[in-house]
Amino acid sequence: MAISTRPRARQARESVVIRFAGDSGDGMQVTGSRFTVEAALAGNDLTTFPDFPAEIRAPAGTTYGVSAFQIHFGGVDVTTPGDAVDVLVAMNPAALKVDLKDLRVGGTVVVDTGAFTERNLTKAGFPGNPVEDGSLAQYQVLTVDITRLTVETVKTFGLSTREAHRCRNMWALGLMLWMYGRDRQVTTDWLRRKFADRPELAQANVAALNAGHAFGETAEMSEHLVGYTVGKAPAEPGRYRAVSGTEAIAWGLIAGMRGAGIEKMIFAGYPITPASLLLHTLATLKAHGVITFQAEDEIAAMGAVIGAAYAGALGVTSSSGPGMALKTEMLGLAIATELPLVVVDSQRAGPSTGMPTKAEQSDLFQAVHGRNADAPLAVLAAATASDCFDVAIEAVRIATKYMTPVILLSDAYLAHAAEPWRLPDPSKLPRFPVHFRTDPAGFHPFVRDPVTLARAWAVPGTPELEHRIGGLEKDYDTGHISYDPENHARMTRTRAAKIAGIANDIPPQRAALGNDHGAVAVVGWGSTYGAIHQAVREARDDGLDVSHIHLRYLNPFPANLGDLLKRFDRVLVPEMNCGQLVQLLRAAYLVPAEGLNKVEGKPFKVAELSAAIRASI
Amino acid sequence: MTVTTITDAELAPKDYASDQEVRWCPGCGDYAILKAVQKALAELGARRERTVFVSGIGCAARFPYYLSTYGFHTIHGRAPTIATGIKLANPELDVWVITGDGDGLSIGGNHMLHVLRRNVDLQILLFNNEIYGLTKGQYSPTSRRGTHSPSTPQGSIENPVSPCAFALGAGGRFVGRAVDTQQADLVALLERAHAHRGASFVEVFQNCVVFNDGVFDSFTTKDAAPHAQLHVEHGKPLVFGPQGERGLRLKPGTLALEVVPVGKGGVPLEEILVHDETNRTLAQLLVGLEPPEFPMALGVLYCAPATSYEADVYAQARAAGFGGKRELADLGTLLTRDGTWTVE
Repeated sequence: MAISTRPRARQARESVVIRFAGDSGDGMQVTGSRFTVEAALAGNDLTTFPDFPAEIRAPAGTTYGVSAFQIHFGGVDVTTPGDAVDVLVAMNPAALKVDLKDLRVGGTVVVDTGAFTERNLTKAGFPGNPVEDGSLAQYQVLTVDITRLTVETVKTFGLSTREAHRCRNMWALGLMLWMYGRDRQVTTDWLRRKFADRPELAQANVAALNAGHAFGETAEMSEHLVGYTVGKAPAEPGRYRAVSGTEAIAWGLIAGMRGAGIEKMIFAGYPITPASLLLHTLATLKAHGVITFQAEDEIAAMGAVIGAAYAGALGVTSSSGPGMALKTEMLGLAIATELPLVVVDSQRAGPSTGMPTKAEQSDLFQAVHGRNADAPLAVLAAATASDCFDVAIEAVRIATKYMTPVILLSDAYLAHAAEPWRLPDPSKLPRFPVHFRTDPAGFHPFVRDPVTLARAWAVPGTPELEHRIGGLEKDYDTGHISYDPENHARMTRTRAAKIAGIANDIPPQRAALGNDHGAVAVVGWGSTYGAIHQAVREARDDGLDVSHIHLRYLNPFPANLGDLLKRFDRVLVPEMNCGQLVQLLRAAYLVPAEGLNKVEGKPFKVAELSAAIRASI
Repeated sequence: MTVTTITDAELAPKDYASDQEVRWCPGCGDYAILKAVQKALAELGARRERTVFVSGIGCAARFPYYLSTYGFHTIHGRAPTIATGIKLANPELDVWVITGDGDGLSIGGNHMLHVLRRNVDLQILLFNNEIYGLTKGQYSPTSRRGTHSPSTPQGSIENPVSPCAFALGAGGRFVGRAVDTQQADLVALLERAHAHRGASFVEVFQNCVVFNDGVFDSFTTKDAAPHAQLHVEHGKPLVFGPQGERGLRLKPGTLALEVVPVGKGGVPLEEILVHDETNRTLAQLLVGLEPPEFPMALGVLYCAPATSYEADVYAQARAAGFGGKRELADLGTLLTRDGTWTVE
């Protein structure tokens, strides 16, 4: 290993992709999240991609127990977690084995040699030691015995061997923060708060963080240990913070509740990956008007929310594919009784249990059509972490204005992904006050607003509005049980017309990038936004006539969508499923839309989309 | 001279009836239960606008349509979940759950377990007719072994669940039992159930005239009732029979009950067990008694109040700062916590 002279100037980089990878017990998610906060506070634009196994603690050292956190940050507009990794931090051989394939040729791999024991190498399936046998020749390899250096650093704090080892991630974080010239005060403060009950753990972790940083600053360095600068990203003036999709949904729901003038939100959920995070987040927000309820199962969570909506609260539940399936019958009841509530679906790879921690967009059919009988409801999808905030508000608006359940589609990637977010002015957020019915004159439970077709929201506790509702068909004119054939047809068509009418109350669809006509429209929905946007931008920079259209409203579609699509020669629909939106578009508009499908549990890479766009022209 | 100020017009049982025509089979036990509930509501002075009846699916589940209160006819087995949501949204509402043996103990068994365990402040009335009526007579989870039905032509080979034993096992803190046609007892039990804060579980033996007629005759006919019914009362000895001539005591040397003659030629009254409705062990013994060897125990078998679920939920929420309507502008404090930066 060559020894260089110091000090060396930092080199400038436009943007960088780092992946922290280690055992699921190595704290890689925490490490990545802390780096994210420091990068965001330094003014970088960024996108993150946590990628972890479903096992909480898989056997140590195995490839299936590898947990990784990728962050793409830069001084430019960053829309994806990055196709290829610039710096891979491999805390053990299994992490190297799993994640090396994504490191670009010439990229840097930081290896904790202390973890590259014979036993760990064998477990990871390496015949020899890749650090020594030349198999990493096409990369820049930085070997550091992070384990030993960490243990030495923290030995004064009297920790157990296990606890000392668990400070390794902070050492690695310190080194990476040094490498990109990022501050560590906020992380230091965070460690002190996190380990307030165990001051020795706080001190040890802070010491490890500082030691990793000092190593970069002062140690005799290999030629591969270079500091970089990554500038601030151009951004609209304003106040910013880092936000994950889950946080943004939680806050958006609260903003929606206030916009609707509703006093409380009843959030009921049943633990399921990756949706539980929303339950955890809202459980800490009681001071903001939220009551959370962990139900005995998915059905009960949905039932509690229906009961809450019936009694005049904002009802919200959240789940993922298999849990959504369990809620299906209840959703039918909510449609029949026309009650306002929001269901957040964090989609994951399926069918059945599938791959619980991996993202997919394969619940679209389930959301739009997955119920018995003609049972329409509104379906929205969030595109980015910060978009989750606005979409959650919109979900509450539509639910309460149209007295309907609304499904908000997120996914395993959006739930965890973080990005900078320009804070809105709370006083300028949408207001759409609900009107609880109090007037008994002419009341029956299915008396409707002539414009929206929404029935009146008359809640128990209101004198003289006592009424009975339920899953049985009701008479259009009286609200009583009715088996009359013509009445059923009328009610079925009215429920459909109510949902279809939402199309007149949402913004017309526009291209997110490019013209509203041309050679190719790339039509996406949900978390593929960033990758599609970047691929279309690159294609347009190369002079190709391509536009990016991204749908927030999946049922109903915006009123002008069919006309818009027909102004393009070709319509390409990338989705993380086997072709669901593409079928809906073809069915609705008879357009020859073509699918581009990926079902690997991972987001699209920009390169994959670029290749498809270029092939379609 | 006494001056009475009437603030609310007193309502009669008929004022709790809706304008809908009742459509159970003629002679169905549900009519009697409906009548008893309307009477109980009148005696309790229940405010119609604050009262909600929630039901699942089945014959019993039509109940809310026949009352002039708020009502929600939900889906099969799930009424406890919707009732829980209603109480979470508005704990001030008086919420009753109407269910049956299939609805509450088969498809909805899980919810029944958890609503009782949580002790949500509800009155849960389980109409037990030991059969699926609305689907035309299949055996139910409370049907006795050997029950012949369209789905068990050779007789059921399943062991039935005892609703009250289930409720006690689930941690229910109020468990009572009554017979549909014994109006005075049923009304009194409903009033006790209503007074109890928390989940009150009431099993009503309900005769299905079409598919399971007479299944409770061994203890409900005029002739059998005095001999085969034990009406328990807190603090009173557990005696039954037309003259109170028989009683229950602990069988010496065991933890089991036995029926003994009381008084002359029998066991002195002092040796007879005294009902203690707060004693769970005694309640467990009582719910297990079955004719013909034992009487059927009726009344308040167990009542040991504790804080109700929704009360605890709101106590915790208020401790965490919940309360009062908040403005949109307040959102700022939420969004700006844990670190922001400014771009000029």
